[in-house]
Amino acid sequence: MNRSSGWVHEAFAVFAKDWLLELRTRVALGAVVLFAVTSVMASGFALAPPSGVPAEVKAALLWVVVFFAAVAGLSRVFVVEEETRTADSLRLAVSPTGVFVGKLLFNTVLMWGLCLVTVPLYLLLLEVPVRSASLFVTVVVLGSTALACATTAVGAIVAKATTRGALFGVLSFPVALPPLLVAIHGTRAAWLSGGAWRVATGDLQVLVGFILVIVPASLLVFEHIWSE
Amino acid sequence: MNWQIELRRISKVFDERVVLRDISATVTAPGAWTILGPNGSGKSTLLRIIAGLLTPTEGEVLYLYNGERLTAHQRRQSVGMVAPDIALYRPLTALENLRFFARARGLPVQDSDLLRWLERVQLRSRAHDPVASFSTGMVQRLKLLTALVHRPSVLLLDEPGSNLDEAGMEFIRETVREQAQHGIVIIATNDTRELGYGEPLVRLGA
Repeated sequence: MNRSSGWVHEAFAVFAKDWLLELRTRVALGAVVLFAVTSVMASGFALAPPSGVPAEVKAALLWVVVFFAAVAGLSRVFVVEEETRTADSLRLAVSPTGVFVGKLLFNTVLMWGLCLVTVPLYLLLLEVPVRSASLFVTVVVLGSTALACATTAVGAIVAKATTRGALFGVLSFPVALPPLLVAIHGTRAAWLSGGAWRVATGDLQVLVGFILVIVPASLLVFEHIWSE
Repeated sequence: MNWQIELRRISKVFDERVVLRDISATVTAPGAWTILGPNGSGKSTLLRIIAGLLTPTEGEVLYLYNGERLTAHQRRQSVGMVAPDIALYRPLTALENLRFFARARGLPVQDSDLLRWLERVQLRSRAHDPVASFSTGMVQRLKLLTALVHRPSVLLLDEPGSNLDEAGMEFIRETVREQAQHGIVIIATNDTRELGYGEPLVRLGA
C-alpha cells in the first residue's frame, strides 16, 4: 500500500479520532458547556441592567467564564489517553508532533465552539454595547485560540503526573494569565473605545505573539515528555 | 531486504529496582525469536524498549536497514506491537479503530479493505460494534489487526495468545509464520503453546 508521510495527516487523523470519541462520550463537551452556560446564565441574571456593573467588569467576567470552562474540559485530552491506556497505541503509530498538533486542533475548535455559544448569550443577557464588532470577534478568536494553546500545553505536561489536578492549576496560572489579561483589555476596547482598533493593536500583537511562541515551545517540550 | 535490530548492553532500572541488566543481542530478518522468562522477569519491559516506548537506563536499541540506522519516524513506520497494556479506543467500533490506525500511519485505505481484514479474524459481523462490547479474545484479535494494518517489517508480540481460543491461536501461528518469512517477529512469552514460535533470543531470570 502507498503511504503518505508527515505529521499533517497524523494530526488530522488524531483530530478526527478525538472528535469521534467526543461525540460518543461527550466528556469534554459536557464539562465545558455545562460550566459555561451555567456561569453565563448566573452572571446574566445577577448583573443584567439596571445592576450598574461597568463594562470593564463584564469584560473580565466573560473571560473568566471562558477560561474556567476551558480548564474544565480542554485539559482532559492527554489525560484521557493515559487513563484509558491508549497513549502507547498513539506513541506506536503517531509522531509526537502529530499527536500534539491534532490535540491542539481539537481543543482550539472546541474553544471556538464554546465561544460561539457563550459569547452571544453573554452579550444578550448582560446587554453589553459592542462598538466595534469586528475587533470584538478578532479578540475572541485570538484570545480563545491563545487559551486553547495554553491549556493544551499545560495538559500535555501534567498528563503523566499523579497529582495532575493540582499541578494543572499551578502551571496554568502563569501560562494562561498573559493572554487572559490581554484579551480582557482588548474586549474592553471593542466594547467602549471610539478608535477601538488603534487602542487594541498592542493587545492583538501580544495574542498573536503568544500563540507563535507557545506552540513551537510546547512542541519542543512535548517530544521529550511524550516519549516516556 | 536486510533488516537488523541490535540490542546493545540494555539495562533498565525503575527507581532502585534493576529490571534488566546488560542485555545484548542481534536479530536479522527474516526470522522469529522469543524472549523467555517467568512473570516479573522483565520480558515486557525489554519488548517496550525494543518498540521505543521506553528508554533504557543504559545501552541502546539500533534499527538498521541495509546497514543504515533508521530514524524514529522510520522505526515507527516499521514496527507493529501487541501487548496486554496497550489498549484500543473502547467507545469506537472495530472498523473505526482500524481506520484510525491506518490513516494515522498514512495509508490510503478504503473501508472495503478494512472489512476484508476484519474478515480474517472473524470480526466482520462485529465491524460496527463498539470495542467496549467485545470479549477479551475479540479485542486481542483486533489488536493484532491494528498492529498488522501497515504491514510492519518488525512485529513485537507480548503474550499474544492470552485470552485467545484455538482459532485465535491459529491466526497467531499463521501470522508469525508469514511475518517470519519476510521480516522480524519477537515474542515475549512464558506460555508453553508459544515457546516453539521462534528461536530463543534472550532468557531472563526472575
